[in-house]
Amino acid sequence: MAEIVGNEGGGGGKHQKKRAKKGRVHIDMTPMVDLAFLLITFFILATTLSKPSVMEITYPKEKDVENKDKTRVRDDLATTILLGKKREHLYFYHGRFKSDTTVLELTDFSKDGIRKVFLEKNRDILEKIKTEEKNYQENKITEEEFIKRRRSIKGDDNAPFVIVKTLDKTPYRSVIDVVDELNIANIGKFAIQDMAESEDITLRQTLAAAGQTNE
Amino acid sequence: MPKIKMPRSSPSLDMTPMVDLGFLLVTFFILTAKFRPVEPVVIDMPSSHATIKLEDKVMLITVDKNGRVFFDLGNPVVRQNMLKNMAERYPAVLQPQLTEEFVTRFSNLGSFGVPVAQLKDYVMADESDRADLDKTVSGIPADSLSNELGDWIMAGYTEFVRYAKDEEGMTDDDLRKKGLKYAIKADGDTDYEKVKKVVDTFRDREIYSFNFVTSLEQEPKK
Repeated sequence: MAEIVGNEGGGGGKHQKKRAKKGRVHIDMTPMVDLAFLLITFFILATTLSKPSVMEITYPKEKDVENKDKTRVRDDLATTILLGKKREHLYFYHGRFKSDTTVLELTDFSKDGIRKVFLEKNRDILEKIKTEEKNYQENKITEEEFIKRRRSIKGDDNAPFVIVKTLDKTPYRSVIDVVDELNIANIGKFAIQDMAESEDITLRQTLAAAGQTNE
Repeated sequence: MPKIKMPRSSPSLDMTPMVDLGFLLVTFFILTAKFRPVEPVVIDMPSSHATIKLEDKVMLITVDKNGRVFFDLGNPVVRQNMLKNMAERYPAVLQPQLTEEFVTRFSNLGSFGVPVAQLKDYVMADESDRADLDKTVSGIPADSLSNELGDWIMAGYTEFVRYAKDEEGMTDDDLRKKGLKYAIKADGDTDYEKVKKVVDTFRDREIYSFNFVTSLEQEPKK
C-alpha cells in the first residue's frame, strides 16, 4: 500500500531498543501519478494518430471511358480538368472539347479557385443532399437510408460529371488534390484519364500565351 | 473561555489506487501499441480532407519519388505462403533458393522493393545493409513486359483469401465486406504516370477500388 509501515510494535526482537522511534513513512505518490498519466496520454495519442487517412477512388472497368457509348454524358454536364506538369498548371473547360473554339480557363487550388467552380457546378445536387441531411438530422430517416439516398443523388443521370485529364509527368499530388476537391463538392461521378493529344496541344498554346512552358 | 484547538493535519489523499489505475492503463497501451513498420523509403504524402482511416488488412503498394515500387502485405503467415506461391510462379529463379531461413526472414520483413532475382540477397542481408540497399534497389518491376508486381498481387491475394477462409473462418460474404483493401501510398512529387502503372496493373487483374494514403490536410492550401 501507499505507506511503508515502519517496524513498530509486534514481535519485539533484541534490537528494538537500539532503533530510533519510527513513525509511519508517507510517500508522496503525486509525481508518480503525473508520470503515469503523462505516459497514458502519450500512448493514446501515439496509437490513434499513427493511422493515416485514406481516400477511396474507384476506377472504371473499361480503360477508355470516352469510347464507350453508354458512358457518354450530356455535354452541358461535363467539366474537364487539365493537369499540366507543374502544380500551377490547372486549367478547365466546360462541355465538349473543340480544338478551335475551346478556351481553357486557369484556376488554382485555393478556396476560391477550383472549389468554387465545382460547388457552383454541383449546386443542385448539393441542395438535394442538404435536404436529405436535414431529414437525417431530424431523425426522419436512418443513417443507412441517408447514405443510400446520397449515393443515388450523386450518381443521378443529371449530376455533373468531371473528367480529370493528366499528362505522364503530372505530379501525383495535383491528381489527389483535385479528387479531394471533388469529394468536398460531393461530385460522385468523375474519371481520371490520359490527356488527348489535341487537348495537350491547346494546353501548350495556352501556357505559351501566358508566357510559360510545359517543360 | 479558551478556544478549542482542533488538531490540524494536512489532508492527505491516498494516491495509490490512482497510480494502480494509471499504470494499468499504461501497460495496456504499451501492449496494444504496434511498432510502426520500418519503411524502406521516405514518402512525402499529399494531403487530403479524407476521414476514412487506413484499415489493418491492406496490401500496401508504395511508390517513391523516383517511381520505384515497393510491396507489403502484413500477416507473417500469409507472407510465408505468398513467397512459396511466388516461387511456383518463378520456378527457375526463386524455387531453388527457397530455404527455411529465407522464408522465415521474409515473413518478418516490411515493405520490399527488389526484383525477384535479387530478393534472396536482400532478405538475407543484415538490417543495416538492407537500409543501404533500399537506397539503391530498383523497385519491383511493374512494366507491361515483366510485371512482377502483378504476380505479387495475385500471390498475395490468393494466399490472403485462403488464410481468411481456412484459418479465420470467413465466408465469401465476409470477405466482400471486410476483405483485403488495396492501399497505394505515393510521394506527392511522383509523376502520375508511375502511379498509373501500378493502378493499371491492378485493373488488369480486375481490382478497381483503391485506398490512396494521404496525410491530414492543413488549411490553407498552397
